Order: sequence, then structure tokens, then C-alpha cells
Amino acid sequence: MKTNEEKNVQLEDKRESVTFGSDRNKDFSKEPMCLSGRGVTRVFHTGKTTTVAVDHVDFDFHKGELISIVGESGSGKTTLSKMLLGLLEPTEGEIFFKDKPRDISSGAKKKEYWQGIQAIFQDPFSSYNVFHKIDSVLLDCINMRGGKNLPKEKKYEMMAEACSFVNLKFAELTNKYPFELSGGQMQRLMIARIFLLKPDILLADEPTSMIDACSRATILDMLLNLRNETGMTVIFITHDIGLAYYISDSVYIMEHGKFVESGKPDEVMLHPKAAYTKRLISDVPKIHEPWDLSTVEFH
Amino acid sequence: MAKKMLEVNQLTTKYITRQGEDVYSVDHVSLDIEEGKSLGIAGESGCGKSTLALSLMGYYFAPLHYTSGTIKVDGKDITGLDPDVVRKTVLGTDVAYIPQAAMNALNPTRKVGKFIEDVIFAHELPMDKKQIREMAEQRFAKLGLPVDALDKHSVELSGGMRQRVVIAVSTILNPKVLIADEPSSALDVTSQKMVIKMMKDMMAEGMVKSMIFITHELPLLYNVTDDIMVMYAGQIVERGSAKEMVFDPIHPYSRGLMRSILVPEEGTRDVKLPARRPT
Ligand SMILES: Nc1ncnc2c1ncn2[C@@H]1O[C@H](COP(=O)(O)OP(=O)(O)OP(=O)(O)O)[C@@H](O)[C@H]1O
Ligand SMILES: Nc1ncnc2c1ncn2[C@@H]1O[C@H](COP(=O)(O)OP(=O)(O)OP(=O)(O)O)[C@@H](O)[C@H]1O
Ligand SMILES: [Mg+2]
Ligand SMILES: [Mg+2]
Repeated sequence: MKTNEEKNVQLEDKRESVTFGSDRNKDFSKEPMCLSGRGVTRVFHTGKTTTVAVDHVDFDFHKGELISIVGESGSGKTTLSKMLLGLLEPTEGEIFFKDKPRDISSGAKKKEYWQGIQAIFQDPFSSYNVFHKIDSVLLDCINMRGGKNLPKEKKYEMMAEACSFVNLKFAELTNKYPFELSGGQMQRLMIARIFLLKPDILLADEPTSMIDACSRATILDMLLNLRNETGMTVIFITHDIGLAYYISDSVYIMEHGKFVESGKPDEVMLHPKAAYTKRLISDVPKIHEPWDLSTVEFH
Repeated sequence: MAKKMLEVNQLTTKYITRQGEDVYSVDHVSLDIEEGKSLGIAGESGCGKSTLALSLMGYYFAPLHYTSGTIKVDGKDITGLDPDVVRKTVLGTDVAYIPQAAMNALNPTRKVGKFIEDVIFAHELPMDKKQIREMAEQRFAKLGLPVDALDKHSVELSGGMRQRVVIAVSTILNPKVLIADEPSSALDVTSQKMVIKMMKDMMAEGMVKSMIFITHELPLLYNVTDDIMVMYAGQIVERGSAKEMVFDPIHPYSRGLMRSILVPEEGTRDVKLPARRPT
């Protein structure tokens, strides 16, 4: 039996710290507008029921800004993100891309828009074709970014670099299928894809939900580095309020399709004004303040 | 001294991969849990938490294989039993297991009440459908679950409700050890709180005699379990009380893990997180 030393496992805490650039409280309102919305609404009709999944929301996302959208299950986050991605049309209101009304009316225009926006989804298992080996998932990214004719060695080098960015070993992944990885390994693989695709806007729906704290710090570090290098706007959709508090430049709190509160994380999360935000924050397990289970009502 | 509900000694299990390699995902793990206590397991993704959970049931199927070590539940050795025997006499009664993402794995064509019948019939217990129904209704009422959920399909329930139902069904036979693998990670904070409250109530009522709670969410673990154990590359690197582990871990790996905790509390936004840089 091999011990950890023999397995050559690195247990020393030689990690560096996450850097956020020089200014954690940078004022992004002076940056160019990347994506904004006015009165954006989406209504679903199924049978006799009408659901207003997203209800007249306004937002301004600037270049390089990291935005978190926080809300409970069913509050409309995924519906909003599908509209941002252009997968779903608003039933009312308008979305602006780089200050101009977004036009995705034709197939060609849609394709152009999709060059600039990429998404990482909630469930990593659903995002992969189970019959595609991992190398081909990454190879597709290189091809999508116009690298189709690069020499094979160059492609391998790029894939290996992307994997090492998220602490995966490319050599160990080749020839494997996605279902042979753990949930967290799959999620890191998705982030390796973004590394290769380098979009203007990254929309991430629960990107770190399966990832442990140590690897999460590493991934945040990686995303922030990518953001700092490329000026990519990052939209995080998350249940993880601790994460949203830590990482965001601005936070939007969503309840029943509406933004009930938005602003800098210190304002919104330490001094919430809306009753909904107050309840949400109080339900988060903390380590310095007690987490009171006696008030829980089952429903 | 309190009774030990679970005693694991030097347990080693491996995956045999398609390439025929042995991967030791649980590597000489020893642990014990006393009656009424809960143990949290934390560690990075791929370190072997889910494999450990599977291995602890003494129920192995390819590609996972038992290698060595012993598992005792309430003094009874369950190592090396025939899988059929394990299914009938261990699962559900000695050890109940809630797999990662269980709430999305329920058979959508069966009603919740039927799952409970399945559990009872699998153990060949002398109960008829009416008795089972009565027992199920009592248990649901006690746990704050609506009794009419028994007549619903799992897809008709919200995520949080579905997960509470899964836990209630899995523990209907009052297991000595409940192993829950990320039971609330996919839920929002309010549903999560309900799941945890229900699990704690079950412990307090003796419906579950001890618990292993697996999650990478450290603030949650801190609030849920008595002890926390940190796993790395298939091995246990440190175990201590929840408080010791969060505020005063000794092992460098645990220290890194605990320094990465994120909570929306004053002052925590300015700390630096430890991240591994690619070399
Ligand atoms: N295609 C659809 N047809 C009908 N109703 C829909 C559709 N998609 C979403 N909804 C409804 O819209 C509301 C918002 O759903 P959405 O998936 O956007 O929530 P969410 O905030 O992403 O939730 P979660 O945190 O669980 O992912 C829900 O009530 C949902 O049932
Ligand atoms: N079916 C399998 N065949 C071969 N190896 C596997 C299999 N399932 C898991 N493994 C490997 O065993 C190791 C432990 O995986 P496991 O799923 O137990 O991790 P985990 O700690 O639960 O991770 P996560 O937090 O992501 O759920 C990983 O390296 C994984 O790649
Ligand atoms: Mg969603
Ligand atoms: Mg797991």
C-alpha cells in the first residue's frame, strides 16, 4: 500500500493568496456598458396558468465587472440567464449589448452574439455528451476559436495549459469519459473550456457548487485572473451567499422575478434593507454568529 | 462510555479502472462514531468522500472493490458479507445511505408511498400495506412533512421537499448510522435549513442513532456536526471537534481548507484566500 508520500501527494500549504487586483471597491459605473436591461420580463403560459418568471427587471453590467445574482429556487435566475444568453426572448422590455439594442433576430446575428458570450451551467453532468471523451470536449473549444488548423502539438499544449489552470492533469484525462470524473472534476473541466474560449461575457450558473473550499479559491483566482487580463464581464448566478459577498463588485437579489435590492456587497449583505434579503442572510450558516434552527418552520 | 455505533478499522477499497489500474480511493481509513453523535467529512472534490460513504456500507459493486480492513455497526461486523445479505440485513437498518444527488434519482413513475413499501418489502418485514401506510403517515407527520406527499410523484414536489422526503424514506427503519452525501448542497438556504432541522430532529428523537454528514460546505458542517474529519487523497488527515477544526486546525491541508471559508460576515471580505497557482 502506498502512503501519501509515496503517491507524491502535495500536502504542504504552499498556496498563494487570491489577488483581486489593486482595488476591491472599484467604481465600475465609469467603465463602458457591456450588458444592460430595461423592464426585462418573461411570462410563461402553460395551460391555464401564467407564470411571470422575470418581472420588469433593470440592470447595468459594465465591462470587467463581476456581478452576482442571488435568489432562491424558482426566483427566475435561470430564466433571466437564458434571456441574457439569447436562448429565450423577453416577452417585454429590452436588452442592450454594448449600449445598442441587442439584435439577435437572424441566425447570423445570433451567431455573432454567441461569439462574445459563454455560459457554464448548474449541472456539469448534463453539459457533456456522455459519449464524447474529454479531449474532444476541449478540442471543440479550440476549433470554435478558429484554431482548427493549428498543428496537433500546439492544440495539445493549449489543452494541457487549460487543464493545469484548473488543477487537472491533462495526461490523466485523455481517453476518459466525463462520467469517470468526480462532480468537482467535471466542474473544473467546464472552467478549462472558458479558459480556451475567452469570451467578453461569462455567465456562470452555480459554477462552484460542487467544488470544495480550497479548489473554489483556486478557481475564483483563475476566473479573476482571466477577468483582469481580458476585461471579461462575469455574471455569477448563485445560491452561495458567502461566495457572492466575497467575490462580487455588485450584487442583485432576486425574489419572485424581481430585483428587490442591488448594490455593493457590503451594503446589500451586511446592511440589507429588503425584508427578503434580511431573511436570506439570516438563513445562511455562519461561523461567528449563531445559526438558529429553533425558528425553522416546515412547509 | 457511550456505545459505538460505527467502528471502522484500516478500511481500504479500490476502483479497478477500465484500463485495469487499481485506484485506492479509500486508503487505510479508521474512524468511529458514538451513539447520538454526528461526524462531518470534508475534503476537496475527488478526495474520496463519496467512495468512503459507499465503502462504509459493506456493499460493493464493480468497479469498486473491497481490499482490507473492518467495519462494525453497533458491534456487528459487516465486512465481507454476501451482497444479498448486506441488502437484506444491513442497508436501511444498520446503515442508511443517501447518495449525492439522490433527490433527482427517484423513479418518477412511482409515488412516494410506494418507495416506503419497497423498503419494507425488501427487508421482508411482516407488515401489510395498511400497516405500512399508517407507519409512513405517522413518520411524515412527526417530521413536519405533509402526509399527502405520500400520494405524490417525486417530480410534483419542490427540491427541498423532495430531499426531505428522500431522507424520511431512507430512515424509515431507524438506522444505526445515517450516511448523507451532500444532502443539502443543491438547495437554497431556506430549504437547506429545513433539511438540517429535520435531520437534527431525527437524531434527537432516536430515529437515527448516529450520522455521517458529507459536504464541502464548511460553514454548514460547522453548524451541523459534533466532529469534523478532513480527507485528502483517500486518507484521513485530521479529526477534531467542529470548533477545533474550524478555528484551530493543525494539519497544513486542513488549515488551507479552513482559511477558504466564505461567509457573509463583517471583515471576512478582506481576508485573502489560499489559491494554488499553476506552476
Ligand atoms: N419553460 C417554462 N415554462 C413554464 N414555466 C417555466 C419555464 N421555465 C421556468 N418556468 C417557471 O419560472 C419560474 C422561475 O424559474 P427559474 O428556472 O428561472 O428559477 P431559478 O431561480 O433558476 O431556480 P433554481 O435556483 O431552482 O435554478 C419558476 O416558477 C418556473 O417554474
Ligand atoms: N467509477 C469509477 N471508476 C474509477 N474511478 C472512480 C470512479 N468513481 C470515482 N472514481 C475516482 O475516485 C476518486 C474519488 O472519487 P469520489 O467520487 O469518491 O470523490 P468525492 O470526494 O466524493 O468528490 P466530490 O466532492 O467531487 O463529490 C476520484 O479520483 C475519482 O476520479
Ligand atoms: Mg436555475
Ligand atoms: Mg462525492
